[in-house]
Amino acid sequence: MAETEAAMTERGRQLGASPTGRKQHLVLDVNGERVELLAPVHKTLLEVLREELDLTGTKHGCELGECGACAVLVDGEPILSCLALPIEYGAPEHRIVTVEGLAGAVPHPLQTAFAELGAAQCGYCTPGMLITAVALLDADPRPARATIVDALAGNICRCTGYVKIFKAVELASARMSG
Amino acid sequence: MMRLSPFTYLAPRTLAEAADLLAEHGRQTPTMVVAGGTDLFPNMKRRQQEPKVVIGLRGVPELRGISTDRDGWTLIGATTTLAQAARDPHLGQQYPALAHAAHAVSTPHLRTTGTLGGNLCLDTRCNYYDQSYHWRKSVDFCMKRPESNPAAICWVAPGSPRCWAVSSSDCAPVAVALRARFRLVSAAGERIVEAGDFFRDDGIEYLARRPDEILAQILLPPTDRSWRTVYLKLRRRGSFDFPILGVAASVKRGNSTVEDARLVLGAVGSAPVDATELAQSLIGAEPTTEAVDAVAAQAYRGARPLDNTDLNYAWRKKMARVYVRRALADAARLDLHHDSGQVGAALL
Ligand SMILES: Cc1cc2nc3c(=O)[nH]c(=O)nc-3n(C[C@H](O)[C@H](O)[C@H](O)COP(=O)(O)OP(=O)(O)OC[C@H]3O[C@@H](n4cnc5c(N)ncnc54)[C@H](O)[C@@H]3O)c2cc1C
Ligand code: FES
Ligand code: FES
Repeated sequence: MAETEAAMTERGRQLGASPTGRKQHLVLDVNGERVELLAPVHKTLLEVLREELDLTGTKHGCELGECGACAVLVDGEPILSCLALPIEYGAPEHRIVTVEGLAGAVPHPLQTAFAELGAAQCGYCTPGMLITAVALLDADPRPARATIVDALAGNICRCTGYVKIFKAVELASARMSG
Repeated sequence: MMRLSPFTYLAPRTLAEAADLLAEHGRQTPTMVVAGGTDLFPNMKRRQQEPKVVIGLRGVPELRGISTDRDGWTLIGATTTLAQAARDPHLGQQYPALAHAAHAVSTPHLRTTGTLGGNLCLDTRCNYYDQSYHWRKSVDFCMKRPESNPAAICWVAPGSPRCWAVSSSDCAPVAVALRARFRLVSAAGERIVEAGDFFRDDGIEYLARRPDEILAQILLPPTDRSWRTVYLKLRRRGSFDFPILGVAASVKRGNSTVEDARLVLGAVGSAPVDATELAQSLIGAEPTTEAVDAVAAQAYRGARPLDNTDLNYAWRKKMARVYVRRALADAARLDLHHDSGQVGAALL
């Protein structure tokens, strides 16, 4: 391993190399704030958000891409933070939004609608659902039910049976565009 | 927690740089490229693949995007995401089966980061391989990832000398049916291979790609409206799940008769299975239900699914007949209205 690190020297640095295990200087734009931190390159975005930045709203479910609980917005699109390397999403090129970044002075209309309709039971899937639904309503303010179902097809909920989640997205959509 | 083990990460800015890095590091230490990471990172977390150097292709602009050349070929950069491929108007119009296959992969989130090139290079899959380190250790490691066990066998076919892990890419059978070509680039130069020659029928050495080669581009030959290609995917859930059967059928029709036909099955072997020979019996006549049924019956006899993916393998074999029939009929513009409802909509 030492050999590889030596071979990487100057040219490696130009290419953004980050040697094994060693901590890496990261600059991220999270919820509109510029944060700087040191973390090894193999820590996923999910681990950095939860363990380094104390943003524990983003949930770890399967950690293998099979549930959607860890979804965050990167440049407005929902991706799975359990399979993302923070080094690939640095500021200022990329903007990251987590569930903590959705509410302003008042909760986001989707958050209100989820609470009102009981679209969360244990709540473990809720941050991923909200993040995904925010991106959907941004792209399509009045989505049909089928479009909502498609957009949320990567988010597993073990409690609600989904119907209330779909209804909450519809309610928020109606309020936001009405 | 499922965590990645430490590695060195390199972020080249050009394809030439990426190829140089892959050659240089690959010589001394396990090195892999990563595009979307939606296959590699889960595998690394389960310790199925353990590169010590990872070369990220995300920052290489020349690997992205869809264009056409003067001869009417369509060129798709390997790191074009599945989401981009699925909604691209040109692909949607000229190669709808490929756009559909890209859309049928996994989930919306995974398609936003997962790439077409990564999909074509997807590691083969097996119920005994896609498991955590501890699971595999407790049953004893299989030959695809033997760890330190030189006598490791294939758990699916213990008497067999080879590994039977399954090619589970949705886009691979479509690429073979479309007669796509792949541009492979290495520090030593570049070459073009036919999609059909890129995939190898071996669960371990499943690609003809050399370890120092990067898949740079997918090249699709010109097509016209006389061709129709269809992709049908079988899986347990309508989202998330890998195919347990994929059927790509292409039919070229003249005024009334079939002029050419191709058939490729995915997720039934370690490589896409090209069954074009069977489909060619349709050539020269008007397509009929009987003719399509005859091809489907032969595909059924030839299909040998093993007990290493989701759902029962005898049922999967039966479904090969149903799906070949439907895909071929659709590609031949033949109406099969009378057998709808044979399987639940969730399986489509
Ligand atoms: C829950 C879940 C469900 C899934 N469902 C499906 C499904 O239904 N159908 C399906 O087909 N896939 C599925 N996948 C697998 C995967 O998401 C897709 O195949 C995806 O397209 C892989 O692309 P990627 O860019 O993320 O690949 P990566 O993980 O980046 O790479 C995959 C492999 O290809 C190699 N590679 C990548 N790009 C190149 C290149 N340009 N040149 C040379 N080698 C390269 C990598 O080294 C690695 O070995 C699923 C994954 C998950 C986690
Ligand atoms: S924790 Fe990321 S998809 Fe389940
Ligand atoms: S509310 Fe419990 S998983 Fe969705």
